[in-house]
Amino acid sequence: MEKRLMKGNEAIAEAAIRAGCRYFFGYPITPQNEIPEYMALHLPQYGGVFLQAESEVSAINMVYGAAGAGARVMTSSSSPGISLKMEGISYIAAAELPCVIVNMMRGGPGLGGIQPSQADYFQAVKGGGHGDYHMTVLAPASVQEAFDLTMEAFEIADYYRNPVMILGDGVIGQMMEGVVLREPVKLEELKEKEWATDGAVNREPNIINSLFLDAVKLEEHNLKLKAKYDLMREREARAELYKMDDAEYAVVAYGTSARISRSAVDEARKKGIRVGLIRPVSLFPFPEKIIRSTIAKTRTYLVVEMSLGQMIEDLKLALNGKRPVCFYGRTGGILPLVDEILESIELMRRGEGIEADCCLS
Amino acid sequence: MKLTAAYPESLTGKEFHYCPGCTHGLIHRLIAEVIDELEIREKTIGVAPVGCAVLAYEYFNLDMQEASHGRAPAVATGIKRVHPDRVVFTYQGDGDLASIGTAEIIHAANRGEKISVFFINNAVYGMTGGQMAPTTLTGQRTTTSPLGRSVESSGYPLKISELLSILEGSVFIARVSVHNPAHIMKAKRAVKTSFQYQLDGKGFSLVEFLSTCPTNWGMKPVEALRFAGEEMTKYFPPGTYKEVE
Repeated sequence: MEKRLMKGNEAIAEAAIRAGCRYFFGYPITPQNEIPEYMALHLPQYGGVFLQAESEVSAINMVYGAAGAGARVMTSSSSPGISLKMEGISYIAAAELPCVIVNMMRGGPGLGGIQPSQADYFQAVKGGGHGDYHMTVLAPASVQEAFDLTMEAFEIADYYRNPVMILGDGVIGQMMEGVVLREPVKLEELKEKEWATDGAVNREPNIINSLFLDAVKLEEHNLKLKAKYDLMREREARAELYKMDDAEYAVVAYGTSARISRSAVDEARKKGIRVGLIRPVSLFPFPEKIIRSTIAKTRTYLVVEMSLGQMIEDLKLALNGKRPVCFYGRTGGILPLVDEILESIELMRRGEGIEADCCLS
Repeated sequence: MKLTAAYPESLTGKEFHYCPGCTHGLIHRLIAEVIDELEIREKTIGVAPVGCAVLAYEYFNLDMQEASHGRAPAVATGIKRVHPDRVVFTYQGDGDLASIGTAEIIHAANRGEKISVFFINNAVYGMTGGQMAPTTLTGQRTTTSPLGRSVESSGYPLKISELLSILEGSVFIARVSVHNPAHIMKAKRAVKTSFQYQLDGKGFSLVEFLSTCPTNWGMKPVEALRFAGEEMTKYFPPGTYKEVE
């Protein structure tokens, strides 16, 4: 197995190529530019196409066309650019087109800043664009995981015919770590997409569409999409449990904030606090069952996010009022520090900060 | 006996929903006839717009994609880059192409994207009920220019063919009219030329059709044809604006 030192953004780009992605449409924005730059350099070597579009809006619609034509295709951007793609993502989900979209989140709202953030959680997991739909959302916490999840994302996208988002942030995209590179998929072994528009030879025409003027038909279509989301909830929900076997207290965090929280959990353990970490890896579907399985032992939960509290809502829904939930968050591009999270863990143990749901900084 | 005319194989046969006197159906048929004549039906992929022709995918007997408003050239780019050996066209109205989709059409043309664009200019938003279009003529009354289009407030009707013909990436740009049989035959030849350029791998081409909208113009079909032929052509002169050897 080949091992390489890579930036998270480069690892995602390499993983996409190894997953059989030969088409990339994007528009520059910090902090994800290494992805398009890597694709611009490497895709032509595989006979693929890199195209710098005139806007994020055009890029996502090129993805729509290429996905509808049967290709494995990807785009990437960061928060403000992802907002621009949201109309197209709604169409892609509605037309059931597989593709992978990377969001290396930066501080918002508005033009915000370019420092790492997790403030696009709502947008990613609740739909983001208009209508009844969901993307599948995966949140890596290391460069290796960014690589692995990107390769898997193409499989999930094709299987469910749904857009899959890799939700990272500036830290995941920019830091360098060693990556074990998995073998590339064999393009000739990929399942044929009989629904794709590649020319109606000896068959009825294929139509890629999201228009249903008849409300009865649109409701049927939306129920069909829901059945896919329910299947994802059954099969694709995943989370890492760290030191949760005997945990009276749990920190719940994903991505970069989970990495920092892990160190805080280790520090708290040294002080004799029985605390563990629940790290959701899939954000949609949210790993509700895994979280509920911890209720028997765990008394209180602390959510740590690089936002003012977004995933906390899904945790509360999962717990359904059965356990109190505390929150610690930093926003605008500020990273939570280990000591700050440790202090929040200690407050949680003393029974303070509960019900307040406030930022404890 | 020789068969001189038949229903094109490249149309499904589904009855058009277009209003009486509207020329969308006629233009659909011209495109379908050319696809049949060039024997490219099985390798052609069309992209439908948002607007009156939103259901074009039900009428063309081809693989089709339905794009979001204005983005058809971007969608077509995605298809063509994946399948460079197929023939890809978009079918777009004036609101779709000349208003919300100006970035997409200019950049597709400028990249020399090897697609054919059929641009239906009827100077009004038809589907939404007769609002002002970017190509609405100066002084023309619409529901959002009830006193007539004012240049001071809304600027000038946009001349897409002239605009795109100056770009290096475009190879064939023509404006045609379909208000009488002679012009219809010219329009059909332009459609064929556009596809031929694409088949030869040459670059971006666009055919702009001056089209009618009797319903929203408040005219009888015959009056509408006269308006297209006599009034629209004054500001939007038919002709070949670019033809690269």
